[in-house]
Amino acid sequence: MTDRDKRVEEERIEAERQALDQELPPTPSGADYAPSVAARLEMLQRAGGVVIPVVTTIFALLMAMIVIAATGHNPFTAFRGIFNGTGLNWFFPWVLGADRANAAFNLQQTLIVTASLILAGLGVSFAFKCGLFNIGANGQYIAGSLVAVWVGSSWASMAGGLHIFLAVVLAALVGAAWAGIAGFLKATVGAHEVITTMMLNFVASYVAQALVGRGGQLQNTVDQSNPVSSDIVQRAHLPVFWGDPVLQGLHVGFFVALAMPVVFWLVLNRTTLGYEVRATGFNPEAARYGGVNVKRSYISAMAISGFFAGLAGAIDILGWQFRLGVLDIQIVQVGFIGIAVALLGRNSAVGIVLAGLLFGALTQGTSTRNPAIADIIDPRLTGNLSIIIQGLVLLFVGADLLFLWLWQLRKKLRRAPTAAPQPGAAS
Amino acid sequence: MAAISASPELLRRAVAPKAVGWAAVFLAVFGLWIALPPVMTRSALWPFLLCGVAAALGAWVTTQGERKLGWGAVGVAVICAVLGYGATLSSVAHLDGAQLSDAGPGVVDWGQMINLMFVFATPLAYAALGGLFSERSGVVNIGLEGMMLAGCFFGVLGADKLDSWLLGVVCAMVSGAVLGLIHAFLSIHMRADQIVGGTAINFLALGVTGYFFIEVYGENGTISSEIPDIPDVNLHFLDHIPPHSYGPHGFWYTAIGNLNLMIWILFGLLVAVQILMFRTSIGLRLRAVGEHPRAADTVGISVYATRYGAVVLSGVVASLGGAYLAIGYTHSFTENMTAGRGFIGLAALIFGNWRPGGAFAAALLFGFFGGLATRIQQYGYEPQVLLQALPYVVVLVAVVGVIGRSIPPASVGRPYVRQ
Repeated sequence: MTDRDKRVEEERIEAERQALDQELPPTPSGADYAPSVAARLEMLQRAGGVVIPVVTTIFALLMAMIVIAATGHNPFTAFRGIFNGTGLNWFFPWVLGADRANAAFNLQQTLIVTASLILAGLGVSFAFKCGLFNIGANGQYIAGSLVAVWVGSSWASMAGGLHIFLAVVLAALVGAAWAGIAGFLKATVGAHEVITTMMLNFVASYVAQALVGRGGQLQNTVDQSNPVSSDIVQRAHLPVFWGDPVLQGLHVGFFVALAMPVVFWLVLNRTTLGYEVRATGFNPEAARYGGVNVKRSYISAMAISGFFAGLAGAIDILGWQFRLGVLDIQIVQVGFIGIAVALLGRNSAVGIVLAGLLFGALTQGTSTRNPAIADIIDPRLTGNLSIIIQGLVLLFVGADLLFLWLWQLRKKLRRAPTAAPQPGAAS
Repeated sequence: MAAISASPELLRRAVAPKAVGWAAVFLAVFGLWIALPPVMTRSALWPFLLCGVAAALGAWVTTQGERKLGWGAVGVAVICAVLGYGATLSSVAHLDGAQLSDAGPGVVDWGQMINLMFVFATPLAYAALGGLFSERSGVVNIGLEGMMLAGCFFGVLGADKLDSWLLGVVCAMVSGAVLGLIHAFLSIHMRADQIVGGTAINFLALGVTGYFFIEVYGENGTISSEIPDIPDVNLHFLDHIPPHSYGPHGFWYTAIGNLNLMIWILFGLLVAVQILMFRTSIGLRLRAVGEHPRAADTVGISVYATRYGAVVLSGVVASLGGAYLAIGYTHSFTENMTAGRGFIGLAALIFGNWRPGGAFAAALLFGFFGGLATRIQQYGYEPQVLLQALPYVVVLVAVVGVIGRSIPPASVGRPYVRQ
């Protein structure tokens, strides 16, 4: 074989290899992979669909049971206590009498929590769609709560409907502005949104604590030793449509939380803004090349993200809290749980509603407000348990390749007796 | 104007936007400084005037193409003006204890301030150094916060149950290593989004430490104060070096004479990391993996093994910061006690351009403001809670001012697939 033949042969092999490369789908990883959250989640959406969130949830709950068992408590009674505390047993027709009344009350509490979690999840998710990680939904929620308290406790003579409208809209806009700072910094100087939103969380928290705390401008005038804001006026309360208004029944803010996923979907999929946001999330460079104003996308995506989070703060204040205390600000976790809601719901409107319900139930069932678990297990333990479950959910959402591998392995094992596995089939 | 445009090169360089921007920063700091001891002007005019000029210069610089520096200067000017105004409002006795020896030290006792700066900077610097390993190898580590928190709790638990602070530190390191291993597995083999993975680590650490804290110490709600502490290093000879201040100890002793052992270990670690990263083949490999994993793979460096090692090490170092915080400084544990220090450490790493020295300098800056906020609060001023936001605002301004000049490792955040 001459040198010339050898070269021809090499060229042929090279050409074949290139043709083969073109047939294979491009690997979404390695050096050419733009590490955007949205693109990755979109890919796994196709790969996993609804199976992985469900498996994720089951795994996380199972591991939580193991934690309970390992520390010497009975996981089954504990989880039954948590479940009864969520009020989801209201749907069982055989639960009657006083149990049914309790269940209805608990379910109202679960849905109240669910409402704000759905909104926070939508907020985090909208940023995800633009490839941004809004870890600061908690700060935006606090900003919204603060404005809602301020508006709700001022102008007592205003008409009820107008008052509520003004409080909700202003709170959402301030949430949007607060998140917009991070979007603006990302767009103009490229400051990473994880750091800026996290810092803005702390700033919002301390500013709010200073305002409603002792000597703050929004502190109540009745008891100067109590670091709590004034109550919002009675007319600014959201109407309660299920349960006793005095005993914290379910308020109409729940319908806002159910309507917003539709708005979320419409904005993302039926507007130019949503198209540009999604294009930026998939690949900012390609979007810029395609004529999308990427900077504007960053700012508007963060602002809309904060809008949802601020809205969550407003309906919590106007719906059931009616006042804002320093302690409330210190312990609020809504924005952080929103991250888990968005990721478990795979950034889809329906998924976020379902994930919001799951985490709403979990939050209510494990809280100190659930009397059903108090004599089974220390509610402070279960409160931390729900944080562990959120962590595990995120862990498994991240590790979904593991589930895909297990799934493929199972299929391969099933095929093994009939046909030998093809070499290279598992990629 | 014509004179300037026709002026020689020297003059043009003097009004270069960059030089003006830095001059504005220094002018603003000077404006704050004259409100503090020993100068201590009692009129708010001077700080406001100087900081106002600095802000104007900064604003001018933003129009001349140096936008980040300009905005940074404006931010520094605003912070300095506020602090300077606060200083002129407070009494001389509060500011400077030297004026009134019986009242004890004032807020601006430079020896105490330097001491507090080190105390507050140390956890941040450990977190930043931990992040350095991980990010230089190409893995974003948002989970530093959680790793620190685990270090806090398991350090306390180990020190308490095994009755030795050394074993406590070892426990902290093991807990950090385990979390690092989880994060490494997620980001390397699972190719998970590294920010999601890091957030998962933070949640897990928060939940697990909270759960076991209640489980172990839930009865009385606190940890007994008799857990073995990491010892302080007492350097009594510093007392004999001038300048002597009022009070029982001299300036040098107050500043660095009784620092915790973990702070001195940090100084050693800084040098070690600098040498390891930039003077050894291990460091070269690690950086190569973070810059161009495919090239590193081609020359026979195991990308996966290097990244696993780096991320686990990152967890170990970050948890040392937690151990310092819990058994070196506060001598206790409270739920979520790290309060964002892991994130500030990450910001320090970015501010310091992914270099040990730079990250440490940034940690000192952030630590200074953390210490300042605490010190002012000790003297009972009204907006106490608001002051706690100060370190976070400073981090925001710093991160905004520096981005663009700091260049991350090229492959940070990108999973690598062997082919």
